[in-house]
Amino acid sequence: MAVKETHGVRFEQICKSFGEVKALRPLNLEIKPGEFLTLLGPSGSGKTTLLNIVAGFLDPDDGRLILGGQDVTALPPRARNIGMVFQNYALFPHMSVAENVAYGLKVRGVKGMALQRQVNEALEMVQLGGYGERAIDQLSGGQQQRVALARAMVIEPDLLLMDEPLGALDRQLRKHVQLEIRRLHTKSPRTTIYVTHDQEEALVMSDRVAIMRNGRIVQIGTPGELYEKPDSAYIARFLGESNLLPVKVLGVEKDRIAYSIRGYEGTFSTPAKGQAENTPGEAQLLIRPEALRVSQTDGNSLRVVVEEVVYLGELTATKLRFADGQEGWLRAMKSPAHQPGAVIRVTWAPEDTRLLPAKD
Amino acid sequence: MTRVETTHAWRGHDQRLGRAAMTFLLFLPALIFLAVWFVWPLGQLILLSFQGEDGAFAAYQEILTSEVFRIVFFNTLKLAVLVTIICTILAYPAAWLLTRVKGFWFSIALYCILVPFWISILVRTFSWMLLLERSGPVNNFLITLGVTDQPLKLLFNDLGVYIGMVHVLLPYAVLPIYSSMLKIDQRLLLASDSLGASGRTTFFKIFLPLTLPGVTAGATFVFLLALGFYITPALLGGPHNLTAAMLIDSFVNERLVWPLAAAASVILLVIVLVVLAVTSRFVSLGSSVVVK
Ligand SMILES: Nc1ncnc2c1ncn2[C@@H]1O[C@H](COP(=O)(O)OP(=O)(O)OP(=O)(O)O)[C@@H](O)[C@H]1O
Ligand SMILES: [Mg+2]
Repeated sequence: MAVKETHGVRFEQICKSFGEVKALRPLNLEIKPGEFLTLLGPSGSGKTTLLNIVAGFLDPDDGRLILGGQDVTALPPRARNIGMVFQNYALFPHMSVAENVAYGLKVRGVKGMALQRQVNEALEMVQLGGYGERAIDQLSGGQQQRVALARAMVIEPDLLLMDEPLGALDRQLRKHVQLEIRRLHTKSPRTTIYVTHDQEEALVMSDRVAIMRNGRIVQIGTPGELYEKPDSAYIARFLGESNLLPVKVLGVEKDRIAYSIRGYEGTFSTPAKGQAENTPGEAQLLIRPEALRVSQTDGNSLRVVVEEVVYLGELTATKLRFADGQEGWLRAMKSPAHQPGAVIRVTWAPEDTRLLPAKD
Repeated sequence: MTRVETTHAWRGHDQRLGRAAMTFLLFLPALIFLAVWFVWPLGQLILLSFQGEDGAFAAYQEILTSEVFRIVFFNTLKLAVLVTIICTILAYPAAWLLTRVKGFWFSIALYCILVPFWISILVRTFSWMLLLERSGPVNNFLITLGVTDQPLKLLFNDLGVYIGMVHVLLPYAVLPIYSSMLKIDQRLLLASDSLGASGRTTFFKIFLPLTLPGVTAGATFVFLLALGFYITPALLGGPHNLTAAMLIDSFVNERLVWPLAAAASVILLVIVLVVLAVTSRFVSLGSSVVVK
């Protein structure tokens, strides 16, 4: 399939309310051509609403939607050349697999051999060559999902939208189709907005992830940026596992922030640059489980009680209880086996910690 | 392990038997009622149809060879087919409207469609006679509008029969079509739209095909009921609007030839069964009437 010039998308002050419910607060967002952007957020955070506005199924209350430099806010869905993959696939039940895929092409006036060739290519692309004559209900969930993908991609859309396309699949199949979607995207990059509330999926597939909450995008960045530099405890908890300790910021001194940890004596410090919180007062300290190490010395370390040791194959997770009663985890390739109840010291590299606002 | 599984299987078996027995018991009163009041008389009727004075098949022979009977049966079929077509065409947009309106207006629309069900067919037919007569409201209205100078003949002809029958049978078409429209996943229509299809294409390629089971079910009900119609054509029709049911009535009440009446009934019944058998191959009629 020929690689096609794809369009970027720009949201300008898009907002939408349903009665009292503000599904989307005025929202700005720019998606680069060929980018794979994932909207990640809890139920009701406005992901589907945003996608429906892009597709043209919903009109925004206000704001503009720019697709490839053109204002499409007032265009009906059929005039937008957008491919959509629905959560329940929404395949036409009265048509065969090939007819489903051919639908968008026929509407565009493609006929005869060209039609057949493009349909076959699209089916090959999702590894369903030879399934064309099947009825939709003769396919498994994963196969239906791939038909939906082929149907959306065969029309060479300027933009591909997917609303929790893997929601109905089991774990094994999810993983498989995730990689397949990723592979197709790498092969012919096409601007894609992908919706999920599975954080792992978001990290695996995306160029950038936008985290949504109550109709807002609270943070946007590459998976690495979001994981390593979350702006709030909410995001830290949303992406991966986190130890969050209540701390008090004491002040900035020579590029370093000093803080004390509740329940412990002494002060600690971390580089001041790029922290999410640096004003003196209550804050939270984020240390990822893999950043914690068992320490033999007293410096820059905390006394914790081992509560439980869980073997995860190559990794071992150790459940800890901190002095103020807070629970946390330490994860390491092979940590020395401690008995539950043992008192140990844990340490970390100061640059692996992050100070976050006290409130989510 | 194996033993546990076996006992389990047996218990499942017992439960299933128990359920079957229960189901049977619940059905029993209805079954007895049907056996006494329906199956038994029907058997009598079929027997009767073979008891003509001139041999077992005389009644059938007379009906199938007589010109008059053929014409009456043909008229009945034609009437049923046309009424079915008119009802289906009128019912489709009505059903669609029903899926669009909400709350108060939905209740109003639904009652408008269902209320006729609760009024005796005789009352409704007489009401049409009042409405359609020479100096009735319909003619007055048309004259006031200037559509016509003289009263139109709306009664005792084909027109009267069609108006009356379509009115009575319309709900039977609306409900299954409405139900099939309700079952359509709205996202299919959105999908079609975003794939670039015009509203027209979406209607003809997606919406209409998906409602066809409802249309077939509705049309079948209307057709089968129309085949046996008696009161409406008898009261609103003219001398030409003789239907099979009226013919059977005249055999019984005027000519007193019961075997002939029985044979005509059996022929009508066979037509009904054939139509049912053919359509049920395409759609499950049961599932089309149930509004989910
Ligand atoms: N048609 C509607 N009418 C009224 N409220 C709506 C409608 N659609 C969405 N909402 C509300 O808007 C908010 C955002 O909904 P949306 O469907 O966009 O959430 P979501 O992030 O897609 O959630 P999920 O992960 O459960 O799919 C929710 O509070 C929802 O109840
Ligand atoms: Mg959603």
